Amino acid sequence: MSSLDEILAAIRQNLPAQKVAYPELPSFEKQGTNLKDQFKVNLGLAGGESYDVESIAEAQEIMLKNLPDTRVSCSAAPEWEGTKSLNAIAHPRDLDDVDLGIIRAEFGVAEMGMIWLTENSLKVNSLGFLSQHLAILLDPDAITENMHTAYSDIDFQASTYGCFVMGPSATADIGAYLVRGAQGARSLTVFFIKETK
Amino acid sequence: MSKVRVDQNAADFIYMDDIHQPTHDKNLWNARMKRDLAASGIPEWEQMRDLASQIKEHTLTHLDQYVEQFVTEATKRGVIVHFAKDDIEHNQTVYDILKSHNATKVVKSKSMLQEECEMGAFLEARGIEMIETDLGERIQQLSGEMPSHIVMPAIHKTTADVAELFARTIGTNPDEDDPTQLTEAMRNNARPKFLEAHAGLTGANFAIAETGAFVVCTNEGNADLTASIPPLHIASIGIEKILPKTRDLALFIRLLSRSALGTPATRYTSHFMGPRETGTEMHIVLTDNGRSRRLGMEDFWRSLKCIRCGACMNTCPVYRRSGGLAYGATYSGPIGIIIDPTFDESKFSELPFHSSLCGSCSEVCPVRINIAEQIGLWRQRMVNINESSKALHYAFGAVEKVFANPKLFRLAEKAAYYGMKLTPNWLLYNTKLNAWGKHRELPEIKKETFRDWYIKNRLKK
Amino acid sequence: MRVGLFIPCYIDAIYPEVGIATLELLERLGVEVVVPLNQTCCGQPMGNEGDQKNAASSEQLFCDNFEGFDYIVGPAGSCVKHVRMHFDAIPQTEKVKHVRKTTYELVEFLTDILKVKEFPWASYKHKVAIHNSCSAIRGLHIQSRSEWQEPYFNKTEQLLTMVEGVTIKQITRPDECCGFGGTFCVTDEAVSVKMGQDKVADYLNHEVDCIVSPDMSCLMHQEGIAKRGKAPIKFVHIAQVLNNGPF
Repeated sequence: MSSLDEILAAIRQNLPAQKVAYPELPSFEKQGTNLKDQFKVNLGLAGGESYDVESIAEAQEIMLKNLPDTRVSCSAAPEWEGTKSLNAIAHPRDLDDVDLGIIRAEFGVAEMGMIWLTENSLKVNSLGFLSQHLAILLDPDAITENMHTAYSDIDFQASTYGCFVMGPSATADIGAYLVRGAQGARSLTVFFIKETK
Repeated sequence: MSKVRVDQNAADFIYMDDIHQPTHDKNLWNARMKRDLAASGIPEWEQMRDLASQIKEHTLTHLDQYVEQFVTEATKRGVIVHFAKDDIEHNQTVYDILKSHNATKVVKSKSMLQEECEMGAFLEARGIEMIETDLGERIQQLSGEMPSHIVMPAIHKTTADVAELFARTIGTNPDEDDPTQLTEAMRNNARPKFLEAHAGLTGANFAIAETGAFVVCTNEGNADLTASIPPLHIASIGIEKILPKTRDLALFIRLLSRSALGTPATRYTSHFMGPRETGTEMHIVLTDNGRSRRLGMEDFWRSLKCIRCGACMNTCPVYRRSGGLAYGATYSGPIGIIIDPTFDESKFSELPFHSSLCGSCSEVCPVRINIAEQIGLWRQRMVNINESSKALHYAFGAVEKVFANPKLFRLAEKAAYYGMKLTPNWLLYNTKLNAWGKHRELPEIKKETFRDWYIKNRLKK
Repeated sequence: MRVGLFIPCYIDAIYPEVGIATLELLERLGVEVVVPLNQTCCGQPMGNEGDQKNAASSEQLFCDNFEGFDYIVGPAGSCVKHVRMHFDAIPQTEKVKHVRKTTYELVEFLTDILKVKEFPWASYKHKVAIHNSCSAIRGLHIQSRSEWQEPYFNKTEQLLTMVEGVTIKQITRPDECCGFGGTFCVTDEAVSVKMGQDKVADYLNHEVDCIVSPDMSCLMHQEGIAKRGKAPIKFVHIAQVLNNGPF
């Protein structure tokens, strides 16, 4: 097989003579954006729901009303106890039976209605994707304006995996018809609540 | 190797029936309209395109530096990096990794590079069961076809086609033609495959030199399922996917899905920095397969800026009426006709001519690839290497003599006038002799040309 | 101002009335117009197909014919685009460079150079759709590009609104290619025709009775399709409308 040096040699042999400089990149922040409002709107456009709650109990009640058939819940957030403990997991596939996954997002992005998750918040990565539905806890003050501000906040050395999740999963691959709940979560609900230590 | 007759394939698609081509055209035009709508909400949109183009051109003109940095950083994070100079080395490397881990069942999220290398057939011939997890790719896998569009692989199929396919292959009710139910059926069919897989294969949309991380964008979450369950993750990455810094990602994520589908981003933007936990492994197969050679082509290297958004396909009036399969290659549409000839100048020699040169592709490209200009330059190259239509070249040779000689030109005009006047319609409109006349009335050549009139009415006065 | 009138090959043979309208219009606007008698073709059909060798003598003949004018004006967007942006099958002498730089399409000549504000002699009581060719839009930029985030403008529309009686209708896909594309119209006949049929259907859906364009090459293809389908639509060049004939 080829080596790095062979690949580099092939590239060096073919580099265009005229070089192009690396540009300055602005952060495109806009004045006077209400980050939480913008986040809610964009999350909604992506098919997600959001609620302001005073307590975890309130959030749990809402999820019970919205998804009454939930049997197995599994939480990566200590503040919310699920029926299935993450400590009992031997393999990521063991989360296959989870109806509701609960995760505290590390922060949100207003421009997109995205939340940022890593293995630190997920504990077991597959929780975010095998769960049939997701309940996300988000500190309303932990919302950054856009992708530029978001990336400047992330330390990529602090995890081996990170995902921006924007609403539930979806596809339009059959006849260009939008269907929610393609492979990942069928629904995604965000609860604005500060972390209870 | 026989040439791809893209014009004939396109005609077959158009004449298939009254449903497929019009539906295809409508759906992709909608995607183009959604792109425009998404862009209209971003005041800095044109500036973003300029910056994205510049970052890509900077990276490509310094590519060796950034490849080296990427490899160093990824290796530091515990990723095992392999190098493949071509498709054969790529496929062999992937196979060797799987074999050494006794992996015979594999799930795969979308990778155009793996398509390009025809990895699927290679692995299947060696006893590896490989399941596509992107819904569109899975539809194509089940029907034994290549993807027809970079972002929407099965967009040329109607819902009825998919219903028939699923009934035949995954046991759904043949009368079930509701997209929601069909998607649900595939969700349930695919799920066990993720759970049982020995390895997960992905591509990468972007690879960051600064951190050694790579990024995969999906709407279904299938890349995350592919990577979070099996203990082995192999990512195939083309050398042109590299970006210098994390901060560059912000720009490209903001441009990619808006250009592709008109949504602000894909639902999942997954970043992989290293193996998940002890006991798991992450491998990268960093692949050239003609990319460095393309970098050395003065007229065509800018095609390497492509971020695979498919906006050029959505806007292309010719692509929308041809269907992607007409091009007979991994990459179709405008980007396809300027990339594919670099893989085989003879087989794909007709592709650059499958364009009306409208130029819309260049205008939608988020990284400002001069696609239309490159199409023109490919045509020149095809003529120069004798791969273009010989009939047309000879015809032009004859026509050139007429145009070079004003007297001969005027004679030809008169001859054409009388010729048309004297030829009976049944001969004039014979569809074998006259392609124009198949579906169009012929224009009328006038007895008195403009020049005749000018001499009579202006000079002789 | 001494202007050389560029009469494309197909205008000379098929649409001489467009040439006549252009000549008369420019004369009405006070321009001294000269028509080189030995012009033939600009070489675009060959150039577009990559056949530089067989485009060269047409390009050279053009430059020889059009030496020594302040401007060269032609009622054809795609031909003018070829001259301005692609005339590179021949050595780029100072003469060639000057000819290329000063060749204008009629609409842009009227709006940008002559800056015409009225056509008091013209009247055209029709429901009109404007067709600007792809060459004119994306090459010569006589209309804003719908693919870009840029302010709307349309030089053809600007001129037509100065003509009494004209009602301008917007169709659904105003700047989608009609499918002519030069020899593409016969080498890729099925796709070309489908594109043209869709364009004509768009006109019919908006009840226009006339298509006005600065490019007869596109209209030749669209009209061929419309006539075969017996669609009751007329196709005219903008010079004919602005000059009030001949039709």
